[in-house]
Order: sequence, then structure tokens, then C-alpha cells
Amino acid sequence: MEKKEYTITLYTENSIGLIGRISGIFSRRKINIESLNTSPSEAEGIHRFTIVIQESEEVLKKLCRQLEKQIDVLKAYYNTDEEIVWQEQALYKVPADVVTEKLYVERLLRQYGASTVVIRQDYIVFETAGHREEIDRLTEELNKYGLIEFVRGARIAIIKDSAGFHEKLMEFDYREPSPNLVENEYLDQRGSVFTM
Amino acid sequence: MNTIQKTGYEPQVEEHGKAVEISGSRAVLEALLEEGVDTVFGYPGGAIMPIYDALYDYNSQLKHILVRHEQGAIHAAQGFARSSGKTGVVFATSGPGATNLVTGLADAMIDSNPIVCITGQVFASLLGTDAFQETDVINITTPITKWNYQVTDASEIPEAIARAFHIASTGRPGPVLIDITKNAQLQLFEYPGYNKCSHIRSYRPEPEIRKEYIEKAAALINQAQKPLVLFGQGVILGKAEAEFRAFIEKAGIPSAATLLGLSALPSDHELHVGMLGMHGNYAPNVMTNECDVLIAVGMRFDDRVTGRLDQYAKQAKIIHLDIDPAEIDKNVKTTVPVWGNCKKTLPMLTQLIHPGNHGDWLQQFRELEKEEVKEVIHNELNPSGEVMTMGEVIKVLNELTNGDAIITTDVGQHQMVASRYAKFNHSKSSVTSGGLGTMGFGLPAAIGAWYGAPEKTVVAIVGDGGFQMTLQELGTIMQFGAKVKIIILNNEFLGMVRQWQQLFNERRYSFVDITSPDFVALAKAYHINGQKVSERKDLKEALKTALDHDGAYLLEVMVGKENNVFPMVTQGSSVSDIRLK
Repeated sequence: MEKKEYTITLYTENSIGLIGRISGIFSRRKINIESLNTSPSEAEGIHRFTIVIQESEEVLKKLCRQLEKQIDVLKAYYNTDEEIVWQEQALYKVPADVVTEKLYVERLLRQYGASTVVIRQDYIVFETAGHREEIDRLTEELNKYGLIEFVRGARIAIIKDSAGFHEKLMEFDYREPSPNLVENEYLDQRGSVFTM
Repeated sequence: MNTIQKTGYEPQVEEHGKAVEISGSRAVLEALLEEGVDTVFGYPGGAIMPIYDALYDYNSQLKHILVRHEQGAIHAAQGFARSSGKTGVVFATSGPGATNLVTGLADAMIDSNPIVCITGQVFASLLGTDAFQETDVINITTPITKWNYQVTDASEIPEAIARAFHIASTGRPGPVLIDITKNAQLQLFEYPGYNKCSHIRSYRPEPEIRKEYIEKAAALINQAQKPLVLFGQGVILGKAEAEFRAFIEKAGIPSAATLLGLSALPSDHELHVGMLGMHGNYAPNVMTNECDVLIAVGMRFDDRVTGRLDQYAKQAKIIHLDIDPAEIDKNVKTTVPVWGNCKKTLPMLTQLIHPGNHGDWLQQFRELEKEEVKEVIHNELNPSGEVMTMGEVIKVLNELTNGDAIITTDVGQHQMVASRYAKFNHSKSSVTSGGLGTMGFGLPAAIGAWYGAPEKTVVAIVGDGGFQMTLQELGTIMQFGAKVKIIILNNEFLGMVRQWQQLFNERRYSFVDITSPDFVALAKAYHINGQKVSERKDLKEALKTALDHDGAYLLEVMVGKENNVFPMVTQGSSVSDIRLK
């Protein structure tokens, strides 16, 4: 099956060592994590992991089940790039004289919407946010002009669907131990939004 | 977060209804008593000394079995869990004590045994300093535990242990490890009493049962002409033996066991068609590729069961009942997934299915069985040659125990022979290392199984190779008196590897020739009675002596050196290409 870029979103407890338990689920299957970000979520006390990998959907389904099986993981979802709005942030340290003397560099920075973070006599630090390809292009260009240092942050992503994960997530705050029987609204839609 | 539940145990740490200060160590033992634990398998050491010091005063309520190696402790706890259905508990110290648990944890993880391990750890102030006997046991055990947690403050102990028992024993069971730093064990804190844990918000032990899936599954079963049920340990873990029987009996469906499913249904039940897998029975393997509806109950389609996956039951609609959603579609694509505890889903299914009788279909299994008897079983159980076979030892054992004994095995040829031929009349009477295939499992597991069911006869069937991996546990038997009957089936080879080398490596016997000590003399050194049998005429009497002896007994039986286990689904073959020779 064809490999694609997928973004996995996990909602978890904020517990020590969980990142190791989660990364082990990927490394055990020899899957490379391309980007990993952890942050608080909109629900108090619940953390959010955003993980990017290249795999087939079949593998993603199995991975999400293994991830959700972990005691401290509340929910695991996966999405294609089309289903999410995502950003990556980057910082560039560029020699000050290059920016002041080369018109092309100045244009480039404008074109990519880079904003200034720090200005010193010897260098200037710029910041941009965007998709990875844009960041990569800018890096490539700046490299020709003596880019001193570059760092890119992990992907953060929000689902396009208007309700997002919010409602499902909020269920956890009031859910009692699971009822024995529920009617299943997802029957025959197992392929769409992944859920258990 | 935890809901309070009354436990039967009356704590002794309240003073006029007021909380009192106790040590973290005492809180550990109070928690175990609240959880109904009466037996602990363990080994002391520096970092767990405070817990052992507290244990000195709890001797009358908590039985502690001092093993000879921590691996023995965890395998014993597994045996205890498997024979009793309760959670097994292990104590070990930090560093080497904890790392010696690793094999057992991996075994318990893959075979879903409820185990709680409590390990000592260096003082919290020393964590990360390469202190004496410090090892990062949490990171080492993360992939082989259902959950693990490090406690550095005594006040965390009651809740950590409550969670440990809840997680280990509910849903799909598994091992849990709680690592407690020495300062937390020593620390005095205001003991708030113990609350059992019944709910963790991020943990759903049982998936929601979906009515439509039950209905769809019932419809498939009702239309089936050639249904086949495969049952695994899930039936035993769910305590659903009666529900399972009611289900297959109503629909009259032939049913085959996985290795770990053995004993969930009595061996001589008219619908029991044998064992699945690489060395399973001929009929269920062949018929897997003939049936029209395959109903898997509490099993996980291990590669030793499925053989070549792309030729596995391709003609069949597949219904998979499992408590663990991660098992659905993992190896075999399911037509209808029935998520949930089979204790609940099976009766729902039974209600919707029509009473049936697949007599002709069942008869086909019996025909194939006759073929297997003719080609394999008859010769194995009634050999014409002079040398004894493993199978005939099991046959005589069956005659003497009537299938009422608990049988633990090690791993290898003897394990397959015992599992193929032993009779199991009662659930939880087969204890074997399935998923991990841990040599050395059999003896310590038998010790634990005996403590889990001391009223039963417990027989450890082991090979000459695996026995030598954990034979130090004879010392545990000597000291604490577990009445374990050890039967060593000695073929003077690492037999299973030798069989593969014979069949697939042109008899290039590379390091499978293993010599053994005088096992009977060894037993004697541990004050355990024993004898060695080399001739058939002495076998029955010797087995009878072993079983009748009031205490542990070691019986070494010399069997054919180059006997092979058949049938066999060779690696990479389809189950229906099973070889009879």
C-alpha cells in the first residue's frame, strides 16, 4: 500500500515517561518519527501529541490502536495533510551585512513573511511559520548567503472539521465507566474517522 | 478519581478512626492485603530491605515464597495467576533483581497474565547517578509492561498499587511494575486508608459492545454451512467457559483450541476437534481452509496458528470476538469484529443464533482425525520400538490423573507433545509459555501453580534442556514444600531445534547435543525424592509412585533421542499443507 504523510494526534495524561512508551511503539516497528510535538490541549490537564510519519493507512490504523491501548493515552487519531491545518515554525540566523547589502535577501525575507526577532550588529534572527516545503525553500536560498544557524520546530496541527476533536475529548471529563451496550453509529464507516 | 469500594480486609492502622503515620513499606503490605493477596514470590536485596523489614511483622497474613532467582519468582507468579485466576505478586530488589524479571515480564505481557511486580529502587536523591544497583527499570520494562510507574514519595503508594491491581487484572490482563525508591519505603506519612481503584479516565478496559455487530455475527453464523470456532485464552481470562460451551453447543459448531486456549473446554467434549497451530491437530488446521465462517473467540491469530497468512482461511467470513481492539484486523482481516468481553458478548450471540447441528461437517473432522491417528497418534502413544516416546508418557499420565491434574510445561518438543496428548477436564489446568516460548518456564510456573491451587495435582513436564535453565528452583521446593511432580522427558538433545536442523538444515546438528547432570542425584541433593526410568515396563509404576508420593517428586524418563513431533505446519506453509510426516 502507498505510503503517505499522516499526522497523528494523541490526547494523553501528562505523565513522566509516556513519551518513551509512545516513541517505542514506532521504533519497535522501525518507523521513523519525522516530527513530534507535545503541548497542553484545550482541555485542562490533558496533553496533546502531534506526530508526523510516512506510512500506509493500514499501518496508521494499527498504530493508532496500539497507541490508544496505552493506559495513559485517552484518544488517538490520524489525519492526512488535506484534513488538517498545520504549521511549522523556523528560526534563521543571518549575517547582518548580508541583509543590509543584498537586496535579493531582503526581498526574499519579505516574500516569505519573515519577521525579525533579534537584531544585532553581527547577525539578525528571523522567524517564519508555514509548511515544510516553504521553510525548506527559504533555507536553501539563505544557505547561499551564509546562513549561520537554522532550526525548525515540530509540526503543530488543527483538524479542519469544525467540531474537531473537541466534543469527543470533552466526553472524557464526564464519562462514567463504560456502559455495557451502545448502538453503533459508526457501523460500516470504519474507514473514516478512526475511533474505537 | 477512584471510587471507594469496601474490601473484606480490616486495616490495622486506624486509631480511633483517625489516620495514623505509617511507613511507605507498611502501606505497600496493607495495600496487598486490601487487594486480597495472600502469597508473594520474591527475593530481598538492598533497595527493597524496608519492605522486607515490614514483611517480618506481616508473616502470618502474607505468605512469602523465597525463590532462588527473580526469574523464578515471576514465572511462579505467572503459574499462580494461571491456575488461580488471581493476580500474581512479585517482590524484587533494584538493579539485577529488577533486570532478572525482564524475561518473565515479557512472557506475561505476550500471554496476558495479571502480574504486579514491586521493585525496590535506590534513594530518589541518587536516581541517575549510577548508584550501586541502580538501573533504569522503568525504561527497560516499558515495552513489556501494560503499565509501569515509579514512586518517589510514600504518599503515592496506596493509589499507585490500587491502580496497578486494577490495570493488571481488568480488560486484557497484563503485567504491571511499580518501582519504589528506598526513601519512599522508609518515609512516614499520614495513611489515608486504602481505596480500591475501579476507574481510570484514560483507560477503558473493555470496549463498548455494539449490538449491530452481534446481530451481523449471528446472521453469518445462522447462514453458515461449515462454521468453525477457534478459541483462545480469552475464554479462560473472561471466566466465560460456561458461556462458551452454551454457545458452541447451541449451534453445534466444531471448536479448536489455541495452545493457550487448552482446558477452556474439556478435551473430550464432543465438539472439541483438537489444537490449532504448527504442531496442532490435522483436522482443525486443514479445515481452517475449508470452513465458510470462522469464529475466533479470545485469540490473536499468532503466526504459529496461522502459518502463511495470505493463504489463511481466505474462503471464510471471519468473526473475531476480542476484548482488545488492537487485535482486530491486526493479522487477519475481520468480516465482523465483536469487540468486548466474551463473557458478555457470547451470551448475546447465543441468544440470536438458531439451534444447529453440523453433524456431517463435524464428521469430516472425525475422518481427518482418524487419518492423524493412523499416521501419527497411534505410533506415538503405542510405539512398537524399544525406546519410549514422549507421547506414551503423557498417555500413562492421563490414565493415572484422569485429566484432573494441572500440567505446566517448558518449551520445546515435550511442550507440544504434552499439549497435544494431555487430557484437560478443568479450566485453568494447562500452564505453558505460549507467545514468548520461554525455556525454563515450566518448573517455577509449576511451583506457583501449586500455590494457586494447592488442592490439585500439579505436574511439571519439562525437557532436559529447559529444566537446566531454572533448576535452582528445586531449592524453593525443598524449603517451602510445594508438592510439584517434575517429569523430565530426556532425549539428550535440544529436541525442537534438532528436529528443525534435521528437517531443514540437512541434519547439521549444530550445538543441540546437550549433556545433563544426574537429575535424580541432583533432586536428592535438594532432599527431593526421585527416580529415573529407561524401560517401558517401569514407566507406569514410576509415574504412580511420583503421583502418590506426599511431596515433590522428580521422575526422569529417557525417551527416543531423535523422535520428531508431527504433524507440522512448516514455517512459510499454509495451514492446510500440514505434514503428517
